[in-house]
Amino acid sequence: MADQATGETTDARAIRGDASECLSAPGEVALRAIKATAGYGGRAAVREVSIDVRRGELLAIVGPNGAGKSTLLRVLSGALTPWSGTVEMAGRPLGDYDRRAIARRMATVAQENPIAFRFTVMEVVLMGRAPHLGAWRFESARDLAIAREALDHFDLAPLAGRAIQELSGGERKRVFLARALAQRPEIALLDEPSAFLDMRHVAEIFGRFRELAERERIAVAATMHDLNAAALYADRVLLMKNGAAAGYGRPEEALTAERLSAVYDTEVYVGRNPATGALAILPIDAARRSRINNPRD
Amino acid sequence: MSGAASRQTRRSEGAGESGVSVHPEASAHDYLTPARVAAALAILGAILAATMLAALACGSAHLSLVTAMRDAASPDRAILMGVRMPRVMMGAAVGAALAVVGAALQALVRNPLAEGGILGISGGGAFGAVLAMILFSRFAGVDAIVPAAAFGAALFSTFAVYRLAQVDGRLEPLTLLLIGVIFNAFWGAAIMLINSVVNFYFTHSILFWLMGSFEAPTWREVAIVAALGLGGFAILMGRARDLNLLSLGDEEATHLGVEVDPLRRTVFVVTSVMIGAAVSVSGIITFVGLIVPHVLRSMLGPDHRLLLPAALLGGAAFTVAADLIARIAIAPAELPVGAITALCGGPFFIYVLRQEGRRAAVL
Repeated sequence: MADQATGETTDARAIRGDASECLSAPGEVALRAIKATAGYGGRAAVREVSIDVRRGELLAIVGPNGAGKSTLLRVLSGALTPWSGTVEMAGRPLGDYDRRAIARRMATVAQENPIAFRFTVMEVVLMGRAPHLGAWRFESARDLAIAREALDHFDLAPLAGRAIQELSGGERKRVFLARALAQRPEIALLDEPSAFLDMRHVAEIFGRFRELAERERIAVAATMHDLNAAALYADRVLLMKNGAAAGYGRPEEALTAERLSAVYDTEVYVGRNPATGALAILPIDAARRSRINNPRD
Repeated sequence: MSGAASRQTRRSEGAGESGVSVHPEASAHDYLTPARVAAALAILGAILAATMLAALACGSAHLSLVTAMRDAASPDRAILMGVRMPRVMMGAAVGAALAVVGAALQALVRNPLAEGGILGISGGGAFGAVLAMILFSRFAGVDAIVPAAAFGAALFSTFAVYRLAQVDGRLEPLTLLLIGVIFNAFWGAAIMLINSVVNFYFTHSILFWLMGSFEAPTWREVAIVAALGLGGFAILMGRARDLNLLSLGDEEATHLGVEVDPLRRTVFVVTSVMIGAAVSVSGIITFVGLIVPHVLRSMLGPDHRLLLPAALLGGAAFTVAADLIARIAIAPAELPVGAITALCGGPFFIYVLRQEGRRAAVL
């Protein structure tokens, strides 16, 4: 983004300075987890996961319920400190940055988006500008323009004056994605961005983020349940099971029938969509058969 | 009020069918602008000025403001400057502090029902003040010890209620309110206990803490409360945008650059100082911090850059008006102002609780 640095303080630019050269190269690593292990209480939810989130690409994190997808995202965002291993942003440990410096470069959209008071859609999207603004400053014309552009990106302009509580689940989700966009991040971490969305909006949202990844060189990491969406939109996929990586690479490498069957404990068919040639993943209805053959299931 | 009107307008505009693009002028109401802040604060400032003028002019003794202004030796002047003016100023200062504290605490716990009185913070402050007053009654520095004790006990109460309301690191709104209610009852009982063992001389002052009153404050007390109130307000204003972000939850606020724990500590300490100052001079005055921010939020929107200064002016006006009613309702006798605010506040609290319950049920 050409105008990205203008709203920032000099120290933010200084932090970026040493990394900006390598970041401009294609596919350079924006965020990296190295053997990260983390969890809640005494139970590890993520075990020794190492991944790169690269600029200009969309990384999908998939796996069954409880595989540790959201926890991994929380580790990447700095919300959860790993017990062991590290997370690096632009080559530096995440702990070296203060929260504002992180917020200027990384946007996170949680799975659920509660909000306490009746803020309008526009107000929520403008919150994305907060890391770039001083405590006493009102949003400038440029901040407003960025927020409007983000609203337009997700077809939210007609809802700008509505209270967030009046929206449907899908509309609300799009508002929070627009807020992340208004943050003008280098890295976007999205937890289940396609939850609550219908097919058209799923396609649109992943399409938008793909486009942003390519055009603005944003590094996007998103957890998702829909394996076909992952195969369709992601450049690379991390397949998780029980907190550990079970497959990592381009969709056709990571999402093989063999791996998926093992990870999901169910027979999976992986083929090609005859219309587009894209990867098509379907469950095989083997549940009944396996129950007869294997009573322990 | 025009603020209310514009808020209504933008809601109804937004409620129109989607697909119709918003008119460029209309979009100026979708977010807080400096012009909207100025307009709303000017109106509230005018309301406050009118209320204070009325409170100065009315009372059990007949008084002419004109005579008081013209003739420095007149009894009118003596009543105005010696009795009514400090009382009105004290009402304004305490009301402003309580309403700002209410708005800040509501942001902090993401619940419109939070308030110093309901959360037991005022009760803690009153207990501290009463205890200090009795223990240190023979010391010369008792005037300074009482507010400090009120602040210390208020701070303790805040932290205790907040800690106890956290379940697995999450703040449960209902648990918070229940624990606040329990603390309130506990402090009330503790004060009654002291009341039953001390001599008659203290009994009146203890009742005064329990009911809340602006009776006969000194100018020095007024100055202390006003200074602490304004200082606290200025600190909170510096965090107004962070308080907005906190509405999204601790983790989301963190992702938007807020250092949540330092923010929370700041708000706790500042609000405890403000409540401690208010309680040490006027006892427990409940519900101001609930009613004023709630009404203003529904009229002006939830942005704390406007809500906090609006609560400052609105809280002052509301409390001065309540005190005026307390003075003239059964003149020449007086009602405790805390009873007036509680009489308005009780039904209002139930109303808000039911509204919140309905909203929670929908979500």
